[in-house]
Amino acid sequence: MNDKYEAIIGLEVHAQLLTRSKMFCTCANHFGADPNTHVCPVCTGQPGSLPVINQSAVELGIRAALALHGNISEESVFARKNYFYPDLPKGYQISQYERPFCNDGHLIVRLKSGGEKRIGITRVHFEEDAGKLVHQGNETLVNLNRAGVPLIEIVSQPDMRNSHEAGQYLRTLRTLLRYAEVCDGNMEEGNFRCDANISVRREGQKEFGTKVELKNINSFRFVEKAIDYEIGRQIELVEKGEKIIQETRGWNSAKNVTEVMREKEEAHDYRYFPEPDLPPLVISIQWQREVEKAMPEMPEAKRERFKNIYGLSDYDAAVLTSSRELADYFEMVAGQSKNPKGSANWVMNELLGKLNASGQEIEESPVSAEYLAELISKIDSNEISGKMAKTVFEEMFETKKSPGLIIKEKGLTQISDSSVLEAAIQKVIAANPEQLKDYRAGKVKLLGFFVGQVMKETQGQGNPALINDLVKKALE
Amino acid sequence: MNIKGTLDSYRKKEFKPSEFIDGILNAISKKNPSLNAFLEVRPEESRGKALELDRRLNEIDHLPLFGIPIAVKDNFLVRGWRATAGSRILANYESPYSATSVERLEAAGAIVVGKTNCDEFAMGSSNENSAFGPAKNPWDLQRVPGGSSGGSAAALAAGLCLGSLGTDTGGSIRQPASLCGLVGLKPSYGRVSRYGIVAFASSLDQVGPFGHTVWDAARILEIMAGYDSKDATSSRTVVPKYTEALANASVKNIAIGIDQKWLEGLDEEVRRAFDKALQGLREKGAKIVDISLPHACYSLSVYYLIAPCEASSNLARYDGVHYGHRTKHPKDSEEVFFKSRGEGFGTEVKLRIMLGTYALSAGYYDAFYLKANQVRKLIQKDFEDAFQLCHCIAVPTSPTTAFKLGERTEDPLTMYLSDIYTLPVNLAGLPGVSLPCGLDSKNLPIGLQLIGKNFEESSLLQVAQAYESHRGVFPEPLAVRGGT
Repeated sequence: MNDKYEAIIGLEVHAQLLTRSKMFCTCANHFGADPNTHVCPVCTGQPGSLPVINQSAVELGIRAALALHGNISEESVFARKNYFYPDLPKGYQISQYERPFCNDGHLIVRLKSGGEKRIGITRVHFEEDAGKLVHQGNETLVNLNRAGVPLIEIVSQPDMRNSHEAGQYLRTLRTLLRYAEVCDGNMEEGNFRCDANISVRREGQKEFGTKVELKNINSFRFVEKAIDYEIGRQIELVEKGEKIIQETRGWNSAKNVTEVMREKEEAHDYRYFPEPDLPPLVISIQWQREVEKAMPEMPEAKRERFKNIYGLSDYDAAVLTSSRELADYFEMVAGQSKNPKGSANWVMNELLGKLNASGQEIEESPVSAEYLAELISKIDSNEISGKMAKTVFEEMFETKKSPGLIIKEKGLTQISDSSVLEAAIQKVIAANPEQLKDYRAGKVKLLGFFVGQVMKETQGQGNPALINDLVKKALE
Repeated sequence: MNIKGTLDSYRKKEFKPSEFIDGILNAISKKNPSLNAFLEVRPEESRGKALELDRRLNEIDHLPLFGIPIAVKDNFLVRGWRATAGSRILANYESPYSATSVERLEAAGAIVVGKTNCDEFAMGSSNENSAFGPAKNPWDLQRVPGGSSGGSAAALAAGLCLGSLGTDTGGSIRQPASLCGLVGLKPSYGRVSRYGIVAFASSLDQVGPFGHTVWDAARILEIMAGYDSKDATSSRTVVPKYTEALANASVKNIAIGIDQKWLEGLDEEVRRAFDKALQGLREKGAKIVDISLPHACYSLSVYYLIAPCEASSNLARYDGVHYGHRTKHPKDSEEVFFKSRGEGFGTEVKLRIMLGTYALSAGYYDAFYLKANQVRKLIQKDFEDAFQLCHCIAVPTSPTTAFKLGERTEDPLTMYLSDIYTLPVNLAGLPGVSLPCGLDSKNLPIGLQLIGKNFEESSLLQVAQAYESHRGVFPEPLAVRGGT
C-alpha cells in the first residue's frame, strides 16, 4: 500500500446458524435437497402464516455473542426490512434493526508481525435468509429451501487498516464461530458471507473518505486480493484527483478486479419498523448462563490448557488450536500415544507439512489420529527407529494403511534382541580382521564403521543405540 | 334458531345434523343470490361432514359445537377452500392449510357451510370494498351490512348459519353486528390465534365470533380461544368456560363507565336506544359512573397511521411471484410486481398501502408511526385509568344504523367515522362486544357496545348476558321471516 494513505475497513459477515430448523418455522435447515422441498406456509409467505422464533437459533446467537465478548441485550426487537425481490416471499425480511440482541463485542487477531490487534464488533443481530434465484435461459426460477434459514449478521467497527488485518479478522471470526459450533464457516458454500466497507484517506487526515461496499468475496483466497485491489483503485483515483463514488462493487475472481454492481448507492428506503408478529426477544441472564455452561471450549482456553497439561510452548499451543479440528486431532494423538510432545512434533512438522503440500485440511487427513498415535508408540517402545518411522509415515500418508501393517509388509521391525545382534556383530568382526586390529591399536573412529556394517547386516532394522553399545563391548 | 337450542334438539333427536345442514344449504342457495353474503359454498363437503356426524350422535357431549353450521369470513384459511380476502389478487387462491381457530371449531363438531364476503383485506366499514360486490343487509337489502365482516353478519342475520367468524381490526366484527342486529365479540388481543387469517394490521387484528345470543358467541369463543404455538402473540392466559360463567350473570353492583364527552353529536335515535339500555342495566342493579377517555378522540388519526403502516408491509407478499394474481406478459420482474399489484388491488387497499408506505418512509417514521404509537399508549392508559373506576365501559357500537349502499363510498372520511367507537378498543387491545339494543324508526338495529378489561371476557360477557336477559328476545329481520 502507498505509505501516504491509510485504508479504513469494516466488515459485515452473515453467518448461517447450524440449527436443525429454520429461523421462524420448523422446516429443515438443510441444503442440497430438491428445490422447494423444505418449505411450508411460513417460509413461503402464505397468507395468514406467522413467524415463531426458533429457540435454538437464539442459543447459537448467544454462543456467538459470548465468543465475541459482546453485551447481550435482555430485550431485543425484531424488525421488518421492506423491499420487493422475487426471492423474498413476504416482501420483507425479518431482521433486527434498532435493538439488536448483541452490542459492543470484540475479537483479538494475531498479525504476521507477531503482534496482536483488537477489532471491535459494533453489533450482532438475527435475521432470516432469502430464497435463491436460478436463471434458466429466459426464465428465472425461485428455490425457497434457503428462505427463512437463520443467520446472524456480525458488523465490525471500521478498525482494520489493511487487507491482512481484514483477512485475519475473518479467519479468527470463522475459527471462533466454528469452535462455538455456531456456523460451518464455509465461504465457498455461502454459509459464511462477507461484505467489506472500504475507504481510504491520506495519512493524518481526520475525516473518512467516501466508502465503497465490496461484495461477492466468496472465498478466503480472495479476501486480501479483493481488498488490496479496491484500496489500490481508490488511492489511484485520489492521486489522479478524481472523486470516489459511493457505490456497491463486486469482486470478479476471474478478472481479479472489482466491478460496479449498483450505480451510486440507490437510496434504498427499507421502511424498517418493529415486527408486530413477534413480541420482543427476551434473553434472561439465567438463559445466558445456561448457554455459557454448555458452550464448547473456546480457543484461548484451549491454548492455555494445552500449555498447562501437555507442556507445549506458546507457539505450538497456538498452532495446534488454530482450528478446533486440528486441536481435536492433536488431543486424540496425544491421548493415545501418551506422548504429547512427540505428538505435537509429528502433527506440526510431518502431518501439517504434508497436508499443506497437498492442499488438504486436517479433516481430510489420510493419516488417522489413531494410526499416528500407533506410530509414535512404536517409536517410543523402540519397535522402530525414528528414521524408519518417517518412511512408514510417508507410506501411511500415501496408502492410509496402519503403521503395523506397513511395518509387517516391509519387514521393518527394529531388532532389539541382543542375541540376534551379537551374532551379526561377531560375523562382522570376523570378516574385518584388519579394521579390528587398527581399532584395538587406538583408531577408535572405526567404531562407526563397525556399527554401519552391523546395520547393513541387519538390513537397517537393528536398534541403533543397542548396536552401538554391543559393538563397543565386542571390540574391547 | 340458535346454537344452544340446536344442540338441545340434536340431543333430543328432533332432527339429525344432515337434515339440519341440508336445510341451511337450501336456504343459502335460495337467499344468497340477493344477499351476496357467501363467496364460496361446498355443499357436498358440508353435507359429507354432517352425514359423518349423524353416526356420532353419542359423542355430542364431547363435541361442544356438534353439527353447528358456521360461516367463515373469506380472510380465514380453510384447507382446500378459497381464501380471497375479498380481493381480486387472491381470487383463485386455494388455502393450503387451515387457520387454528377454524381447526379448533371443526374439531369441536362445527361444520363450515361457506366463506363469507368482506371488504378487501378487511379494509372497510360497509362491505362495499369487496372485489366481488357488497353483501346486503338482511334488514334492508338497500343497505350495507357493515364491514368489514359484512358477509358473516349478513349470513347469520339471514339465518344461513348459526354462528359465524369475523376479524376485527378497528370494529369489523362489532360494527356489522350492530348494523345486522347480532352479538359480535372482539376478544382481547392475543386471546384467539391469528394463525391462518389474512393479516391486515398485525398489532390490531383479532378473530371473533358472531352469534344470535351472548351464549352462542361465548360458546364459539371458548372453543377458539387459547394459546397457539403457531402465533407468538397469542396469550397463555387460561381460557375460562365462558358459557358456564353466564349461568348466573348479574350486574348487581357492577359499575359501568360512561364518557359523556364521547357521546356528543350522536344520532338521536341511537342515543335514545343507548340511554334506554343503560336504564335497563341500572334497573338490574348496575351503577352508571362517569369516566373520561381524554385521548380517545385521537383514535381515528392513530388508527389510520398504524393500520396502514402495518398493512403496507403485510400486503407486500401479494406480488404476483409466488401465488395469486400475476399480470400477463410482464417485461421484467419489476413489471410482475407493479402490474400484478396494480391490477389485483382495489382502490381503498391501494390508498392505504400508499398511506402506510409514506408514513414509514425515512424522515417521516418518527413523525407518524412512532408518534402514533406513543398516542396509542396514552389511549391504553386512558382505559387503564377508567377501569380503576368501573368494571366495564358502555358506548354505542356505531354512531348510526345501517346506511344505504353507495351513500358513503365517495367520501372515505365519513366512512371512517363509522368506527369511532370501535377503533380505540383495538388500539388498547381490549375485549369489546356489541349486542342489539333496539330498532330505529326505519326498523334497523342499534348496537350497544360493552368494553371490558384485558382478558376479562368472562365478566364482560356476564354483563352482556344480564342485559340480554333484561332486553328479551331480539326480533329477526324480514328476510328470515320469509320476506326476501
